[in-house]
Amino acid sequence: MSLTANDVKKIAHLARLGIAEQDVEHYANDLSGVLELMTQMGQLNTDGVAPMAHPLDQTQRLREDSVTESNQRNHFQAIAPQTEAGLYLVPKVID
Amino acid sequence: MHNKTLTELAAGLRSKQFSSVELTQTFLQRIRQHQQLNAFITVSEETALQQAQAADAALSSSQGGVLTGIPIAQKDIFCTLGSKTSCGSKMLDNFIAPYDATVVANFNHAGAVMLGKLNMDEFAMGSSNETSFYGPVRNPWDTDCVPGGSSGGSAAAVAARLAPAVTGTDTGGSIRQPAALCGITGLKPTYGRVSRYGMIAYASSLDQGGPMTRSAEDAALLMQVMAGFDAKDSTSVEQPVPDYSASLNDSLQGLKIGLPKEFFTAELDSHIAAAIHAAVAEYQKLGAEVVEVSMPNLQLAIPAYYVIASAECSSNLSRYDGVRFGYRCQNPEDLSDLYTRSRGEAFGSEVKRRILMGTYALSAGYYDAYYLKAQQVRRLISDDFKRALADVDVLMGPVTPSTAFRIGEKTGDPIQMYLEDIYTIAINLAGLPAMSIPAGFVDGKPVGLQVIGNYFSEAKLLNIGHRYQQVTDWHQQVPKGFE
Repeated sequence: MSLTANDVKKIAHLARLGIAEQDVEHYANDLSGVLELMTQMGQLNTDGVAPMAHPLDQTQRLREDSVTESNQRNHFQAIAPQTEAGLYLVPKVID
Repeated sequence: MHNKTLTELAAGLRSKQFSSVELTQTFLQRIRQHQQLNAFITVSEETALQQAQAADAALSSSQGGVLTGIPIAQKDIFCTLGSKTSCGSKMLDNFIAPYDATVVANFNHAGAVMLGKLNMDEFAMGSSNETSFYGPVRNPWDTDCVPGGSSGGSAAAVAARLAPAVTGTDTGGSIRQPAALCGITGLKPTYGRVSRYGMIAYASSLDQGGPMTRSAEDAALLMQVMAGFDAKDSTSVEQPVPDYSASLNDSLQGLKIGLPKEFFTAELDSHIAAAIHAAVAEYQKLGAEVVEVSMPNLQLAIPAYYVIASAECSSNLSRYDGVRFGYRCQNPEDLSDLYTRSRGEAFGSEVKRRILMGTYALSAGYYDAYYLKAQQVRRLISDDFKRALADVDVLMGPVTPSTAFRIGEKTGDPIQMYLEDIYTIAINLAGLPAMSIPAGFVDGKPVGLQVIGNYFSEAKLLNIGHRYQQVTDWHQQVPKGFE
């Protein structure tokens, strides 16, 4: 199993992750190596084995549906790259 | 002052041999003196001295607990209100945390003084501290070598006596491996034992915080503050917290130790194997019995881990989008460019590799072959441990296949680096607690012994570590130049 430069570009797009053109080949090589390592799992028969998502097989706790947090908008927006009137600013999405 | 145990420091503060301000100044001075180790990302001198003054006031009116006035340092993965929390990344170089992690709040509540934030691999992804945006940390035992990772700054700081005790986190070995390579004691607790609230997420089903100290006795004092149920962490476990110091001196007569034969294979440096066997022989003298056990699926831990960890990393790190906090690129053309370029410019290459790998493993058509398969393999590995731990009290083995390697030696080959965690990774998949304690030296570099216990057996592990440290002095060795 190996990944091509084109595969890497596709995956990078899915992850919205900028990869410099000159590095694409390098990532393709590295990732192909890691994929080869991962395919070792194929040696093991896992038919009927229940997948394990939590080490203690715990499920999510439920809590009362009540307000426990106070509004800290100004506090949280103080570290944002760009805000205005309590809103986060991004480049124009709709013309 | 800097060579005293936490218990001795606490006694010294109470008997007024020294004040918390003096103690804090001593460590701040050592941090400045040994800046070349690059163990700290942020030194918080001003707030540390304020906390020390408050601690002195509390102590003089006979208030406070055992950690009141004791300087500690936090891995820079734990959010600290009002101060930079970088996680070793350019992405969070400008991030001033708006709240405290539960672990940080617990230490504040206990009256501990925070000296600063410790260097680490970027987003805790690495085994050598070389992926940090702030540059590699140097190993105090040999400054041309890595301290291990990802809690490399933590381990180097404790070994060099820049802090008496610190925190670390462990997703695939990130507490135990650097503890082993720097000759200190590191405990990765049971998954869910220490709150992950405010601990920046890498792989949420594996991440766990824990203490890194010079001895098991000191680790017990930190665990007392770190462990406990936290409603703010959805995977925190509701289990009573025992008194970790109370059982330190329990007898080890009749302790049953299992040695997994898969831990003693050709990849293991023969000198390390000899050190591990010598440590096990020491336990036999203390009354333990030793049997060989087998965990046949262990060899698949690395592939399963890198699927699961990468998948969870790609989900967790999607929050860094350049919109609400963290790095934003200059002059984005449109929203897509904003996301793509902010992430592309601010993440380092190891983080990018794992995001790409995880995105691929979770993408349509590949989910069953990678993610589902890895979760099934995870179950089989976990069952191996369950089976082994039904017959023995603990498992023992090496922490790493070799001692600290040279800076730059493994950066060119990610797989070589991944294999560094061959003996630690399976424990995270199973969610078990495990500890690394100093067990000797090979060519002047420390060797760690790994002790793996059943779920919530941290007190037992600390007891086992402490009894060994009563009859050996590996943990008291100080690297040259840091006495």
